[in-house]
Amino acid sequence: MSTTTVKASRLDFRSRGFDFVSFAFTSLTGLATLFILGVLAIIIANVVWHGWSTFSWRFLTGSADQDMFDVNKAGVLPMVIGTALRVLVMTVFVVPVGVITAVYLTEYAQSTALTTRIIRGAVNNLAGVPSIVFGLFGLGFFISFIGRGIDGGAPEPHWGKPAILWASLTLSVMTLPLVIVATEESLRAITPGLREASLALGATKLETIIKIVVPEALPGILTGGILAVGRAGGEVAPILFTGAAYYMRDLPHSLTDQFMDLGYHVFILSTQSPDIEKTRPILFATVLALLLLTLSLNLVAVIVRARVRKKMRAGH
Amino acid sequence: MTNAPHTAKRTVGWMGIHRGHKARPAEWLAEKLIFLVSLTAILMVFLIFVFVAREALPLVFGQMNSAAARPVIPAKEMGKLKPDELRDYLALTPEEFKRLDKEALTALMEVREEEGKEAPKDKDATVNTTEWKYLFAPHEWSDSRPEDRYVWQPIGRIHKYNLWPLIIGSLKTTIVALLFSVPLALAAAIYVSQLCRPSLKEWLKPAIELLSGVPSVVLGFFGLMVMATFLQGVLGYQSRLNAFVAGIALGLAVIPVVFSIAEDALTSVPRSYTQAALALGASKWQAAWQIVLPAAAPGVFAAVVLGFGRAIGETMVVLMASGNASIMSFSLFDSTRSITATIAAELAEAVFGGHHYRMLFLIGAMLFIVTFLTNLAGDLIMHRLKGRLEGKAK
Amino acid sequence: MKSLKSLTLIAAALVLAGSAQAANITVKGSDTLVVLAQKWAETYMGKNAETKIQVTGGGTGTGFAALQNKSTDLCNASRKIKPAEQINCVKVFGKRPTEYKVCLDGLSVYVSAENPVKELTVAQVADIFNGKTKNWKEVGGVDAPITVYSRENSSGTYEFFKEHVLQGKDFAASAQTMPGTAAVLQAVAKDKNGVGYGGAAYGAGAKALAIKKDDASPAIEPTEDNVVKGVYPIWRYLYVYVNPALDKGDIAKYLTWIRGDEGQKVVKDVGYFPLPKNLRE
Repeated sequence: MSTTTVKASRLDFRSRGFDFVSFAFTSLTGLATLFILGVLAIIIANVVWHGWSTFSWRFLTGSADQDMFDVNKAGVLPMVIGTALRVLVMTVFVVPVGVITAVYLTEYAQSTALTTRIIRGAVNNLAGVPSIVFGLFGLGFFISFIGRGIDGGAPEPHWGKPAILWASLTLSVMTLPLVIVATEESLRAITPGLREASLALGATKLETIIKIVVPEALPGILTGGILAVGRAGGEVAPILFTGAAYYMRDLPHSLTDQFMDLGYHVFILSTQSPDIEKTRPILFATVLALLLLTLSLNLVAVIVRARVRKKMRAGH
Repeated sequence: MTNAPHTAKRTVGWMGIHRGHKARPAEWLAEKLIFLVSLTAILMVFLIFVFVAREALPLVFGQMNSAAARPVIPAKEMGKLKPDELRDYLALTPEEFKRLDKEALTALMEVREEEGKEAPKDKDATVNTTEWKYLFAPHEWSDSRPEDRYVWQPIGRIHKYNLWPLIIGSLKTTIVALLFSVPLALAAAIYVSQLCRPSLKEWLKPAIELLSGVPSVVLGFFGLMVMATFLQGVLGYQSRLNAFVAGIALGLAVIPVVFSIAEDALTSVPRSYTQAALALGASKWQAAWQIVLPAAAPGVFAAVVLGFGRAIGETMVVLMASGNASIMSFSLFDSTRSITATIAAELAEAVFGGHHYRMLFLIGAMLFIVTFLTNLAGDLIMHRLKGRLEGKAK
Repeated sequence: MKSLKSLTLIAAALVLAGSAQAANITVKGSDTLVVLAQKWAETYMGKNAETKIQVTGGGTGTGFAALQNKSTDLCNASRKIKPAEQINCVKVFGKRPTEYKVCLDGLSVYVSAENPVKELTVAQVADIFNGKTKNWKEVGGVDAPITVYSRENSSGTYEFFKEHVLQGKDFAASAQTMPGTAAVLQAVAKDKNGVGYGGAAYGAGAKALAIKKDDASPAIEPTEDNVVKGVYPIWRYLYVYVNPALDKGDIAKYLTWIRGDEGQKVVKDVGYFPLPKNLRE
């Protein structure tokens, strides 16, 4: 309690004209901010600059079945579809679980109860688990344990092998905290008056939550979902062993197929291309496609979230 | 932590409605279901540990033997062995032994014989390299140069699993990343939360957080293709890819983490603190540095701790930009192999269920424990800070 | 989920005209072989429309794991099968998997185009890569320290080089390991004191050295002719493994085709080297 007590001598802030130290430190911190933004701008500009000329409609809608290392023939459609599929399936799993957890934490849980503390601790901890450990987990749990379990002793495994389903499940575990935190924030932003009004009109608590509270929090849920998609869309480490394929001629037909992936393709092109100079344009264009996907999703999330926050301030 | 009047206040009103539910079974059931679903996060953390550690267990209990040379019985002498001896020699489970026919058993005998022929004959041939002492203690290997006594070389005639090169590699990149990112992120957090105009803050905060929207594979790509060449040109070191390049690229992944947590912590310090300082004639900078920062210090510390967790667990950046040489070196400009990159690069090629495969799960489990503890510490610190500031404000 | 599936199907139909269900062959394994395997599959499917071949990479180890648990029919391997993998396969198949040599790969030693060194003996190469030789002037180059680039220790290329060039000795600890041959080449192209190795199918951007078997032999360039004739000293086979129980019907036909003249012609197009005549089908 005493650490924030300030010594009286430190409260002697009589101004002595122009304060050089203050000016210097303000500029220094401002410069640091500018530097971070500058690096971000350089990354984006560099990728756009080198990738733009190859980034065409044909590139986006071309398949990879011709030659994925040929600038004139290679396309990223299979990777875009693979990435889109795995994040879509992930959303199906992560959003319901995340929203329900957030509802429990804000609407039901006693904030001081031990269970609540442990759930919160677990959510925060889950957010910090290394992505490669999620990959190991996906392989050890979903594929080896659940998948092989479903197969039983079947001579040819149908479930117990890398697949979109397992990659998506692995990613949904990874992104669960994002959805929970974003949903919680928007649930807290709803004025208690709204809940009380609903109750006063005779609705039960569950009815109030389903019909009033959750719809009201939709922007926040959306933010969480978008953030999760943006994060998962660019992740490579968790899908390395759980579903991503180096090369597939056909698009995946079912959830038990493997898939090609944008992020993994960036890794392949950066490190295993037969001729790095020749494939450089494809590489930059693929990075551009990936960046467009993740950054635009993040941007949307930022805008929606800003609205939620504004509303929260207005509500209180 | 517990605060009696606080709790008492919560038991009435909205939060208290679940009491007296018995009259409405649907409500009661729904609440229990919601509660059960909310336990998913706990279950997952638990399962992650259990299932990563499970694959490593045979190593931990010393059940794996990676010795290159094992005693060999010629295949044609199979008939002389009693069934039990044969089963033992081929290390089969009783079910497997029952299932396999004579032809299969002969094939297994032949494989063992061929393996024996190719095995090295020197002093390290019979060493089980998965024992703990070989993971951590130095050892002079017969086929490495004498000065290389800490070696991670899992592929080859002798499987060398010394973990120090990887641990040091991970720490080196992490330290560079933190030295680069923490000052920048903290300075930016102070500027955005305390010094700049509120209208500017509306723009700056999301813009910096956009950096977290750059996938780590793109940061790795940027480190490998652009930064490595640029930094080598400027600093003139010998190996193009090294702990320094990887650390800087990694720092870019850490900045948004440290920034958001530190910014939140600084913003959560009640406005009254700053206002009081300003009223006493302090400049904005003095209020930020001498009043707000000390008050938010635990939060800032937590930001650094969580940044550490992020840095040590990041995979793609180090895999692509660090050069991946498993050298025992403390120089930042030597190429480096980290724990995460090792798992990512080697698992796909390792023999499924073999000692190499399990060793990778073992280092994965170790990594999980380290990040679990740092996250826990960060979480506890943040919780105490929140309690303190809220308690103070009331 | 249903709508999702139909979405995939629609998308699939947009790109590929729906192909008839027929004989299905799955191929998995080494990333070194994945492009070649894909080309084989395409060429073969072009002639045998009723056969459908699906190729994925993932690594030789992954391929053997899949072969053993029967999630793939064929396993592409850039190295020979290991005893542990043989044992796993025997436990499931009751027999050892059948091994087919499918093509040759010459391994080139690459240096920067600026490097004056043109040829090395195998022994000199070994000394450079295991760290004994540290300066280019020891092998007739300029006075500059050598930077060694190696492959990821999980790759078949790495193992082959280690066994056959370094005679089983460890690489110099300071060797930087790159995740792919392209990364090795890129590093060597940019580092005038660098040296690396990789498949001869790669090669653009850096200079491949001529290799002498020993001091007395002539220096040999890693060209197709030299590799196929067996005069270039650093080369290896690439393999396909199959469960013997499956080696019949369509699969056997496909394997025969790969190892025949038509299949070997594809090998050349992709940049590897075809099998010598006596090993073909």
